Amino acid sequence: MNRVAVTGLGLVCALGNSVAECWPRLAAGESRINRMRDPGSPPYKFQNGAEAWDFRPLDHFTEKEMDILERFAQLAVVAAREAVAQSGLQFQDGLGDRTAIVTGTSVGGQFAEEQGYVRLYRENNPRVAPLTIPRTMSNAGASRISLEFGIHGPTYTISTACSSSNHALGQAFWMVRSGQVIAAVAGGSEAVFAEGLLRAWEAMRVVSTDVCRPFSADRRGLSLGEGAGMVVLENWDRAKARGVEILGEIVGFGMSSDGHHITQPCVEGPARAMDWALRDAAIAPEQIDYVNAHGTGTQANDVTESRAIRSVFRQKADSLLVSSTKSMHGHTLGAAGAIEAIATLLALRHGLAPPTANFTRPDPACDLDVVPNHARSASLELAISNTFAFGGLNATLVLKRV
Amino acid sequence: MPDYSETDNLDAQVVRVIAQTQRIPAGNISLDSTFEELKIDSLDGINIVFALENEFGINIPDEGVQNLRSIRETVEGVRKLVEEKSQTVPPGAA
Repeated sequence: MNRVAVTGLGLVCALGNSVAECWPRLAAGESRINRMRDPGSPPYKFQNGAEAWDFRPLDHFTEKEMDILERFAQLAVVAAREAVAQSGLQFQDGLGDRTAIVTGTSVGGQFAEEQGYVRLYRENNPRVAPLTIPRTMSNAGASRISLEFGIHGPTYTISTACSSSNHALGQAFWMVRSGQVIAAVAGGSEAVFAEGLLRAWEAMRVVSTDVCRPFSADRRGLSLGEGAGMVVLENWDRAKARGVEILGEIVGFGMSSDGHHITQPCVEGPARAMDWALRDAAIAPEQIDYVNAHGTGTQANDVTESRAIRSVFRQKADSLLVSSTKSMHGHTLGAAGAIEAIATLLALRHGLAPPTANFTRPDPACDLDVVPNHARSASLELAISNTFAFGGLNATLVLKRV
Repeated sequence: MPDYSETDNLDAQVVRVIAQTQRIPAGNISLDSTFEELKIDSLDGINIVFALENEFGINIPDEGVQNLRSIRETVEGVRKLVEEKSQTVPPGAA
């Protein structure tokens, strides 16, 4: 088995267009959940979201490129460019054939799909735009990354709702660890601010009419966010040999399915994912210092996640730092796992647990140290990052400081 | 709808639609340009055909699309379909 180094990070979300822009805001506990640019007509019940406020596609793509690349794919490509640039990898001399791309997205090209439906059902025009298929396909980002960098190894996209990109990172991690590939570009992206999707979330009654306040007694639901996170994973020895800076290590991955209810969370499923991830890493629960929680800010998630953490970590749960960065960048659905894994890697690197922002008062049912509102300096060696999806699909990554 | 009976007008119109779809200046396109020279691939081709159908209110058959290689062929194909359309007198519109 090979050790797996992280040698590149890329991030685009409400907090900024790069890791360098996002980290200071994560560290400062700055929530960028603000009033959505389009309030809807009639107005959506919720008015706040975490759009990628500073992302301007024309800064990164020609109009011709944008014709074929939907927003979710644009976000994926921009994050991948940052991660690959940092890694310094050139995919020549056969490396491209031994490099994988695994991306995650929950809904894929939602805008193009909705535009097609507007034509069909609102305008009664049966002529749907010819690029609708390649724009909507969930692998559009992965395929463009392959084209752009000359990466020709296993390339695919996972769609498991809010666990999509944690599953993507886990699969890529296992491929590098087993030696199936030498390197991987992995992560996920999501663009959620499309009318039909927002109406569907509105109808689910889980989006906060306030802002997202994970673990806080007065929490009223999640805040939707858009963005992308991408990492470059690389065979540890190869990364060492070429002298590149190693930014962190992935040491374990676990997943599980609740098999309980299509949307209601339970304690056992998430606990099994965390447990399997720790076993996969051959690490005892007591060794973990920080948990980047799924922490959506819904009543149900935050209680069951707190209980699941208690059941896995037992006494250690009292001293564990647990925070939800969704309080700052929103719930980015299929991108959540990747964005939060990057937040976790940065936390390990800087010895600073980012806070749970927007926290007002404790909920006795969430009796953990959730690092309220202010980041905490600590010696952080090992951390986990959780995602628990609608449909009951859970995934946990174990990350290590270098 | 504009009148396409004048040859120059139709040429220019086709070129304009292709330029807009390809997002290149119309001045870069001449009647003698080939799709290869203009880097128009098969995916661009279906986009252009869609835009031409919208522009001229015509229906371009799939088999016709596959043989197009140049701007001149495209203009001639469009002209033929526009002329056929103008000869079809709607019932009761004598």
